[in-house]
Amino acid sequence: MSFVARRLLQLVPVAVGVTIIVFFMIHLIPGDPARTILGIHATPKAIAELHREWGLNRPLISQYWLFLDRLLHGNLGQSLIYGVSASSLILQRLPATLWLIVYATVLAIVISVPLAMLAASRRNGLRDQIVRAVPLFGLGMPPFWVGFLLIYAFAIHWRIFPVSGYGVGIGGHLVSMFLPSLTVAIALAPVVIRSLRASMLSVLGADYITTARSKGVPGRRLFIKHVLRNAVIPAITVLGINIGFLIGGTVIIENVFAIPGVGQLMIQSIFQRDFPVVQGVTLVFAVLVVLINLLTDVAYATLDPRVRFDR
Amino acid sequence: MMGAGEVGGAATLVTVAPDRATPRRAHWFRQPALMSGLIIILVIVGLAIAAPLITSYNPIVQNLNDTLQGPSAHHLLGTDQLGRDTFTRLLYGARVDLRVGFIAVLFPFVLGTVLGSLAGYFGGWVELIVMRLVDVVVAFPFYVLLIALVFVLGPGEKSIYIAITIVGWVSYARLVRAEILVAKRQEYVLAAKSGGLSSLRIMGRHLLPNVISQAIIYAMSDIVQDILAIVTLGYFGLGIPPPTAEWGSMINDGQNFLTTHWELTTIPGLAVVVVGLGLSLIGDGLADLLRPGQS
Repeated sequence: MSFVARRLLQLVPVAVGVTIIVFFMIHLIPGDPARTILGIHATPKAIAELHREWGLNRPLISQYWLFLDRLLHGNLGQSLIYGVSASSLILQRLPATLWLIVYATVLAIVISVPLAMLAASRRNGLRDQIVRAVPLFGLGMPPFWVGFLLIYAFAIHWRIFPVSGYGVGIGGHLVSMFLPSLTVAIALAPVVIRSLRASMLSVLGADYITTARSKGVPGRRLFIKHVLRNAVIPAITVLGINIGFLIGGTVIIENVFAIPGVGQLMIQSIFQRDFPVVQGVTLVFAVLVVLINLLTDVAYATLDPRVRFDR
Repeated sequence: MMGAGEVGGAATLVTVAPDRATPRRAHWFRQPALMSGLIIILVIVGLAIAAPLITSYNPIVQNLNDTLQGPSAHHLLGTDQLGRDTFTRLLYGARVDLRVGFIAVLFPFVLGTVLGSLAGYFGGWVELIVMRLVDVVVAFPFYVLLIALVFVLGPGEKSIYIAITIVGWVSYARLVRAEILVAKRQEYVLAAKSGGLSSLRIMGRHLLPNVISQAIIYAMSDIVQDILAIVTLGYFGLGIPPPTAEWGSMINDGQNFLTTHWELTTIPGLAVVVVGLGLSLIGDGLADLLRPGQS
C-alpha cells in the first residue's frame, strides 16, 4: 500500500498546479475581468461588488489564497446567472456525464477487442491490413460530425434511437445514450485498437504462447485464455492515458445530443459568460482525470503482479 | 527537407558500401504511405491556393435567391442556407483550416522541444519543474482546457494559437526529453563533452538532429489534432468568426438541415477526414523512413 501512498503524494504538486491554472484563467481575460464578466451595461456598483467579492484589488498572491481557501471549503464560487453555487450545478449534472464516460468506455472495448484480435491473429494478412487502416480514417473524424451522421442514420432515417436526450431510468439511459456513447467510442476506438493490436502481437511472440501451442491448445482457446488476458492489461493503461481525451469527447458529444451533463453545462455557461461555473467545471474535470489515472495505476499494479513501481 | 537529408546521407555512404548502405526503403520517394499522403495534402493545398481560379463564386457573399439548392451543373455541391456555393466555401475553408492547423502546430513543437531538451539534458531542478508542469497540463482534458482558454481569451485566430500552445507543448516535451535521456549517454555526446563543447552547442548541433525525428513524426498526427480542434471550436462558435468559410462552422450550419440536406454536414466533415488521412499517411511513412524496423 506504500505504492498508493507515494502515488497520492505525487498528486500534491499536480493539485496545486491545477488550482493555479484555474485561478489564473480569470486573469487571462483582456482588460478588467470584472467589467468583461459583467458586460458593458454593468453598473459601477456591480463591478465594485465583484471586485470586493473576488478580492480583485488585492495582490495576486492573496487573491489566490482567497480562491484556495474557498476551494478547500468546497466552494467553487457562485453562478452569476442562477445565483446558486457552481458545485451544486455541477453535482446535479455529474451522473449523466459519468454514464456517458462508462457507457462509451464499454462500447469502445466491445468495438476494439474483436477488431484487434482479428488483426493480430494473422499479422500482415488482409484482415490486419484493413484493421490497420481504421485509425488512418478514424483519427481525422471530428467527433461531433460523427454524431451528426449517426443521428441522421439511426434517428432520422431509420428512427431506431432518439435524436437526443438522456432518457428515464436505466433502460431509458441505455437506449437514449447509445448513439452518444457510440460516437465517443468511435473517436476512442482507433487509439485503443492500435495499442491493443501491438500488445497482442507482442504477447503472441512470448515463450508461453509457443509452449501452449506445442501442447496443442486450440486457436480460439489460446486467444481467449492466454493472449487476451495478458493483452488486456496494457489496454487498461491505454484507456487510462486517454481518459482526458475521453472526457473532452464527452463535452463535445453532450452538446451534440443535448445530454444534461457537465460538458453541456460548460458550453452553456460559456455562452452565458458565467465565469465561475466555467472555472468550476474545468477544475472538476481535471480532478476527474487525476482520480481516474490514479485508479488505473493502482488497478495496473494489482492486476499484474510483475509490475512493481520503484520510482 | 528531411527527405533531402536522407538521400544526401545515403549518397555519401554509397562510396563506402554500395549494396548494404542504401536499402531500398531509405529512399523517401519509394515509401508508398509517405508518397500517397504527400500527394493528398499537396492536391488539397493546391486546390486551396488556386480557389479563385477554380470557382467564380464568392465564399462569403449571400445569394438569397439560390438558398439550399441541390447539386447541379451551376453548383457542384449545391448551396447553403444563405445561397453560398458549398464547393466554393469548401475550397476557401481549406485555406483557413489548413493554414491555422499548420501554424498552430509550430509553437507547441518549438516550445515543447526546447523545454524537453533542457529537461532531459540538464536533469535536476530544471527537469523537475518542466515535468511537474507537464503533469499539471495533462491533468486537464485536452478539449476542456482548450475551450476554456479560448473562451477567456476571446474567439479568434490568435486565441487559438495561444490555447493550442499552452495545451499542446507537453507531448513534445515528454517525447523529446525521453529521447534526450537515451541519446545523451551515447559516445558521440561524451566525446563532444570531453572536447569541451558548450552545452548549447552539444544540444543544438549534436543531440537535437538525432532526437527531432520522433517529434516530427508526432507533429503529423498533431496537425490532425489541431485541425480537429479548430473545427470543433468552430462548431461551438469559438473558432474563426463568421462569415469566413471554415469547415467546422460549415458542419455546424448544416446541422439545422440534417433531415433535408444531409450533404451540407457530410461534405465538409469528409474534407477533414481526407486531410487527416493524408497527414496520418505522411506520419506513418516518415516513421518507417526515420526508424526502420520498428513499425
